[in-house]
Order: sequence, then C-alpha cells, then structure tokens
Amino acid sequence: MPQDITWHGVIQATLKANDVRLITYVPDRVFTPLITSLHGDSDFTTFPCTREEEAVGINTGAWMGGMRSAVLMQTSGFGTIANALASLVVPSQIPLLMFVSERGVFGEFNLGQAMVCRTMRPVLDSLGIVHHTATRLDELEFIVDRSIRQAVATQAPVCFILSPLLTGGKVFRH
Amino acid sequence: MNNRTAGGAHNAKVMNRFALTKRLVAKLKRDEAVIGGIGNTNFDLWASGPEREQNFYMLGSMGLAIPIALGVAIAQPRRHVVALEGDGSLLMQLGCLGTVAMRAPRNLTMIVWDNGVYQITGAQPAATGSAVDLVAAARACGLANSHWAADEDDFDRLVEGALQGGPTLIAAKIDGEPGVGQTERDPVRIRAAFMKGLGVKP
Repeated sequence: MPQDITWHGVIQATLKANDVRLITYVPDRVFTPLITSLHGDSDFTTFPCTREEEAVGINTGAWMGGMRSAVLMQTSGFGTIANALASLVVPSQIPLLMFVSERGVFGEFNLGQAMVCRTMRPVLDSLGIVHHTATRLDELEFIVDRSIRQAVATQAPVCFILSPLLTGGKVFRH
Repeated sequence: MNNRTAGGAHNAKVMNRFALTKRLVAKLKRDEAVIGGIGNTNFDLWASGPEREQNFYMLGSMGLAIPIALGVAIAQPRRHVVALEGDGSLLMQLGCLGTVAMRAPRNLTMIVWDNGVYQITGAQPAATGSAVDLVAAARACGLANSHWAADEDDFDRLVEGALQGGPTLIAAKIDGEPGVGQTERDPVRIRAAFMKGLGVKP
C-alpha cells in the first residue's frame, strides 16, 4: 500500500462515505491522530464526553433523531458501558458504531489495562454484539465499510477493536 | 460546613411530579421530543399521555436521559428536546452537564425532579437530600440558565422561557408520591414509535 495511507485516514474516509457525521469520544493516546483529524474536518461534529456511557447515550439519541454517529474509546472505557449496552443499545436495536483502541496486549505495561482487556470480548459475546479485531491496513476499509452497512441494515451495534498490530499501540518508554 | 438548605433550594415549594409533568406536556405545541429518565420520571410521563409519539421512555441505563436528549437535539436542531431526569440519576452522570454546556444546544431543556431520595428503590437518602444543590452544580458546570422552580406558576414561566431557546435546566423539589402509571416494557416498540414521532425512518 502507498506510504501515505494510514489506519486513521481510512477510518475517517469510510465514516464519511457512510454518512456518519457525529463523533463522540473519551480521549485515548492511540486515537490522537484520528481525533485531531476529525476535529479539523467540518463534515463531522466531533466532541469529547466525560464518560463512555454518556457518549453511548448521545449516539443513541442521535440515531433516533436520524443522524449516524460513532464513538471512540479505549479498552478500559469499554469496561464501563456494559449496562448501557445491555439495557439501552441492544434491546432498543440501536446500530451503535464503536471503535475501541485495544490496550492490554502486545507489551502492555499496566496490569489494570491487561485485566480489563480480558473482559471486553466476553461482554461483547455475551450480548451477541458483532465485533471485529482489525489487525491489517489492507483489510480495514472492507471491515469497517461492510460492517457499518450491516449494522444499519440489521439495526444492531458493532464494535471495531483496533489492535496494536494495526495502530502500533501504546509503547512503554523509559 | 454542611449547608442543609442547599443554596436557594429552600425557597422552592415542594410540588408533585405528575402534576408538573402534565403542566409541561400541556405547553408542548410543536411536537417537541421528550426523553423520560428511568423509573417514576418515566411512569408519570407515560401517564401524562401514552399516545404522545414524541416521547421516549428510557427503561434502563440510569443517568442517560440527558445524553440521549442531547443526541436528539444535535440530530434535529429545529426540534426542541426536553429531558426529564431524577436527582439520583443526574448525580450518576453529572459530567453530562458540562458536555451540554460545552455544546450549548439552543433546543435543549433539562428538567430535574428532586426529592432528595432514591424513591423507587425504597427512599434511601441521596446526596441531594442533604448536601448537593443541583442548580448550583449545573451553573458551575457552565449552564448559566439553571433555576429552581419556586412554585407551579414559576415552573410554567420557566418552561415557556426554556422553549424559546436554551440550554436551560429547571429543577423542582417534589414530594414522595409514587409514579402514576407504568410504561410499556417493549424497548423496540418504544424506540420505533419515537422515531416515527420524529419523522425518522430507521
């Protein structure tokens, strides 16, 4: 692939192509280039929230009002939204688009991150939420584009887990 | 120092949630969206007019009524959106007031029913009952247009003003009466009816 193609550029372009216009997030180091670029793109309304479940509520309201949206969070943030998913998103059939930057694997230095990471896929699986772990740049557009279409068509949430294999992750430096 | 009168709230008359909910709904003439928070807030909204299509009844996800309303307000800037929330629920998600202030949607009104207890679980004490003044908290979060309703007429006046442009937070001290009705328990039907009421096709 050409050197100027980046994972965050692909995600931004694919969101735009699918008419996703609202981005809520709780900040994350890995997501910084995506968040910065989204803030600078007037096709998107982008803002931070104080908690991930607050963002889930906002995106649910936006969907019901006719606007597509996505939420960005890190693995530990996902650990706080099980109830919002189980009691609002899943039973109401909301096609919530979640992007999670994966912490807790491949050289994680924080035991807390390593622990909460283990809860993520079991929570998604127990709620029957479709999730994909993106590891390769050449597959990313296909995964995100097709999954957004499926989420909307089937009125079901989807979670994109962005592996350090794709993003580089967060590296411990002395 | 423990300020048991919680700033300004001591001047507010203790009113009834169902009576105020009916007064609010009577003011809604332009298909305003209403998001009802969990529990008795929802039950009284339902009882005020279950046929009203622009009502969304949040069954779980305690604390998310205002965030959901903010999302609707962003998606439909020409429609006014009202969030109804209990004091215990708002305490759980106080940060959302800062997010609302940061976005400053003119088409959003937040109404908080404050009885100082977690009523539906057995009236256990909430921090609002002895310590927290939610109107002062909202102002400190950047929502300058936040007020206690002194009585029913003042509530009406505040609602009329809020519907002209916000964001506005109105708090009312309420009594211990339980909710009057019971919402349906079918989340898909509630969501689909609400979207139809907003003119949105999924």
